[in-house]
Amino acid sequence: MDTEQDKNKMREQSVVKASALDLTFQTNDGPVHALKDVNLEIGKGEFVSFIGPSGCGKTTFLRCIAGLEQPTGGEISVNGMTPDEARKARAYGYVFQAAGLYPWRTIGGNIKLPLEIMGFSKAEQNERVTRVLELVDLAGFEKKYPWQLSGGMQQRASIARALAFDADILLMDEPFGALDEIVRDHLNEQLLALWARTEKTIGFVTHSIPEAVYLSTKIVVMSPRPGRITDVIDSPLPKERPLDIRDSPEFIEIAHRVRDGLRAGHIDE
Amino acid sequence: MRGSFGPILLILAGLVALWYAAAVQMNVKEVLTQAERDGAVITPASAAERRDAGRWGLVFGNLEHLGATWSSERSRLPAPHQVVAELWDSTWVEETTGRRGIVRSGSLSNRSLVYHGGVTLGATALGFVIGALAGVLLAVGIVYSRVMDMSVMPWAIISQTIPIVALAPMIIVVLYSIGLPGLFAKAVISAYLSFFPVVVGMVKGLRAPDHMQLDLMRTYSASKSDTFWKLRLPASVPYLFASLKIGIAASLVGAIVGELPVQRGGLGARMLGGSYYGQTEQIWAALFVAALLAAMLVWFIGWVERRTLHAMGVQP
Repeated sequence: MDTEQDKNKMREQSVVKASALDLTFQTNDGPVHALKDVNLEIGKGEFVSFIGPSGCGKTTFLRCIAGLEQPTGGEISVNGMTPDEARKARAYGYVFQAAGLYPWRTIGGNIKLPLEIMGFSKAEQNERVTRVLELVDLAGFEKKYPWQLSGGMQQRASIARALAFDADILLMDEPFGALDEIVRDHLNEQLLALWARTEKTIGFVTHSIPEAVYLSTKIVVMSPRPGRITDVIDSPLPKERPLDIRDSPEFIEIAHRVRDGLRAGHIDE
Repeated sequence: MRGSFGPILLILAGLVALWYAAAVQMNVKEVLTQAERDGAVITPASAAERRDAGRWGLVFGNLEHLGATWSSERSRLPAPHQVVAELWDSTWVEETTGRRGIVRSGSLSNRSLVYHGGVTLGATALGFVIGALAGVLLAVGIVYSRVMDMSVMPWAIISQTIPIVALAPMIIVVLYSIGLPGLFAKAVISAYLSFFPVVVGMVKGLRAPDHMQLDLMRTYSASKSDTFWKLRLPASVPYLFASLKIGIAASLVGAIVGELPVQRGGLGARMLGGSYYGQTEQIWAALFVAALLAAMLVWFIGWVERRTLHAMGVQP
């Protein structure tokens, strides 16, 4: 009995579980191994960053979790289901590289988009829009159109859209990649606060070492050809992280290890 | 728009001047023949010599007899003021003072361009609505069905390579023989010309959402109809209006072509009638009404477009 309970508890706590995951794209130039033998477990409430050069499969892995790509080998489960089932159960919110707000909808209308599709009542929709806009510090912008907002604000609105339907997983694919560093710092700080408040499990793709170290409880270092995991670093940094933690020796040490991992991946070629 | 009024006027003045010059050159032979009959001395004197002479040579050799080139009854090319006068006579004057005019008879005169313009406008509007609807529906089919994508598009392209002037009489004969009214036959020709730009524009528009936007819908497990109504259709609106503008102009051309063989009213009938009886002024007047109608229709679509895009919150 005890072991059965333990198993259940494990399943409850590990939100994403990938074992021996393979994904090969067939292209005209022959097969491309986007992912090879990827093993990873993401626990509930973790903030996991995927970092690596382009072509290392970090985005592909995130898309596998989201059920947007079909692995060609191995197994992956999300909330104990297949990714497709999890997608249909609306288990996650996905934030893309570009905000991708619909220009013909107001900010409020954009956040309502998933809510309309998922069949929330009008009253519930309005209540949720107000709540998530507050969460990303955009209260009062509900009636504005996307073009009236700056790039950083648009990306925050797209995060609000991903949060609106209360999925407990948030998948983010280089969400701040197109923004300048000052805005990015600010948004990173806000994202941490948001994560602390909502206790979501976050998967975050980035190519910035400071960003990955600053945000994550777990950093997954990946390398290309074939796309694979070269290092998994559990961050010893406290949950409370002011921006100047980036000057602390612990921070610099982790950043070093990430950089070493990235370099090791390159020497392999 | 501000500041462009001057250049527009300048171009217009240039065109009018060119037209007057062309009227002299085009009408010179007939005018000189008439002047000779009236007793004037023309150089060269014999008709045979004049037949082989260059028109500009005749113009500069007989400067004192050229006045009539801008006022003759049956000119090859009527002067602008003659066309304007014809326009005025066959609209305002005909309707207000003519025996069949609206003032005296209570209905529009069948000699007036208001009446004929209205006939053409009716066929254009009906044909445009049919063509636009058919275009949108075909585009939806092409975007959602691979079979339609591969089978419909080539035929749509082939359909536009057949000269409409050759096809129009057949369409009219076939539709007339199964008892459909002439208005409908003209509308079918209009629709035949106007559906094509709408298909092309709408296919492009419905395919405008990129991978990321479609993936976003997938992360919501959105149904096909949600993806259509909430993403593809709104994204296609700017494309739709661009092709509607082309479509409505094509519709007007279709209606006029459809009126050529029927001769039951409409600007097309007026144009052909004018050419039968050598009434060039009548042709030109009908032509100007058609151009005015086209401008108004395109402007109307543009107005609806501005209103729609504004309501959709597009950046002004």
